[in-house]
Amino acid sequence: MIHFDNVGKRYAGGREALAGVSFHLEEGEMAFLTGHSGAGKSTLLKLVAMLERASYGQVFFNGQNITRIGKRRIPYLRREIGIIFQNYKLLNDRTVFDNVALPLVIAGVPYQEIRRRVRAALDKVGLLDKEKRFPVMLSGGEQQRVGVARAVVNKPPLLLADEPTGNLDPALSGEMMRLFEQFNQVGVTVLIASHDLDLISRMNHRVFTLEQGRMIADGRPVRDR
Amino acid sequence: MKGQERTAAAFRDRHAGGKRPRRVERRRSARRGWWSAAYVAGHMQALLHSLGRMAQKPLSSAMTVAVIGIALALPTGLHVILQNLQGVSAGWENTAQMSLFLKQDVSPEGVESLRSRLEDMTEIAAVMYISPRQALEEFRDSSGFGAALDSLRENPLPAVLVVRPRLEFNDPQLLRTLRERLQALPQVDMAQLDMEWIERLFAIMEIGRRGVLILGVLLSLAVLLIVGNTIRLAIQNRREEIEVQKLIGATDAFIRRPFLYYGFWYGLFGAMTAWLLVNVSLALLSGPVSRLSLLYDSARTLSGLGLNASLALMMAGVLLGLLGAWAAVGRNLREIEPE
Repeated sequence: MIHFDNVGKRYAGGREALAGVSFHLEEGEMAFLTGHSGAGKSTLLKLVAMLERASYGQVFFNGQNITRIGKRRIPYLRREIGIIFQNYKLLNDRTVFDNVALPLVIAGVPYQEIRRRVRAALDKVGLLDKEKRFPVMLSGGEQQRVGVARAVVNKPPLLLADEPTGNLDPALSGEMMRLFEQFNQVGVTVLIASHDLDLISRMNHRVFTLEQGRMIADGRPVRDR
Repeated sequence: MKGQERTAAAFRDRHAGGKRPRRVERRRSARRGWWSAAYVAGHMQALLHSLGRMAQKPLSSAMTVAVIGIALALPTGLHVILQNLQGVSAGWENTAQMSLFLKQDVSPEGVESLRSRLEDMTEIAAVMYISPRQALEEFRDSSGFGAALDSLRENPLPAVLVVRPRLEFNDPQLLRTLRERLQALPQVDMAQLDMEWIERLFAIMEIGRRGVLILGVLLSLAVLLIVGNTIRLAIQNRREEIEVQKLIGATDAFIRRPFLYYGFWYGLFGAMTAWLLVNVSLALLSGPVSRLSLLYDSARTLSGLGLNASLALMMAGVLLGLLGAWAAVGRNLREIEPE
């Protein structure tokens, strides 16, 4: 699903966020991306979603080299990826329903279909009864679930999450992870950037560890606690 | 877990073709042309959405519309005034006539045949014959030189044919050529056309027309800038939303659309305001104008903005709105990139 071949990213100003990173995430896999702040987790996710372009190396998505993909094709690429953000990035002047519907509206899905699919997605995250609320009326955990519903509503084959539990308490974080596992079980590839080592170690998934832009570990968590 | 099964089934469907590159998706989207219901629905949605956005801030929207309306009303109003002046002067032009003073030796039969020949000419609407006797009497009545004229042994006045050209030829250049042709006739001693005042009038009208054009261009530019700036602010206010839209795969066209429709609405409402302003102003002027024209013994009334001019105004408004929005959108949307 995602393949990095010796990828590096240098920002204007000379800071090297990623250096010589190579890895391959299979279709249907679920993996964590960990490391300290500034280790390059976000940059790696941005390269997948084409929010940034690699300075060198090749990035493949679904068998397609997207390193030099045309600007006009980026939106269509992003529709194949559900992205979940730490700060949710919901639109506060729109209802929960409208927030979740946005990807479908963008893709030009007919209204009846939108209704059905938004409700299915909200049902999945347990927020069907809150569809008419506005994001500010919801708790942090609920807002994050709205974000998840929006990310999965158009059934993308890949989910990316950047610190999805960063603003949640441990109980809600565990709940959020179980939600991701459910999507993974139906075949969605999931890649989660998180520095919550405690949480990661309790789950048996592949873990990529970044340190100062280099990938220093790739494997299952060691339960040493 | 019915939902999960459904999701799984959908997922299998998606991957039924094996590991095909996802270009397919793009092509399907690209095929959604202007004819498709979804495309039209998307546009309608954006159209109504931007209208709703304007309604959310009624005061600032109304002020922008008013400014655009006033800017459009000025050249439109001047245009209407010019049209009316033209109507008045067309009435005057109608009286433009040429006097052919005939040579003394032309016989009454000769005058008659010349007259019928002139009447057959396409440029000429009517020919009136004033015999020397009539001319003399007229002169006697109007000049007050009656006694002096009586002392003359013979009538010194020539026969005169008064020629009234057709309306289509009421143009200084054409009239001048016609005069030269008539002057060349052997029976004609002198053909006289008093055109100076017509030429002056035409010159003044031309200045007016040019002025309205310049004003129109300048104010159109102002409308472009107003709309452009309003759209720029709208984009800035919705920066966050645009970022999110870009993050979840909105094309530039999709993001651009509601802003272009903003321009559309501002232009349309501005033009409608201008139309209203011009018509109200005309209504206010119509009383004094008809009183004035009564003093001139004319039943002339102020003509308003016709259907064609009204439509042209609406079109101009919409076009300027769209153009201003387009200019603002191109520059400002490019700057917003999600991080």
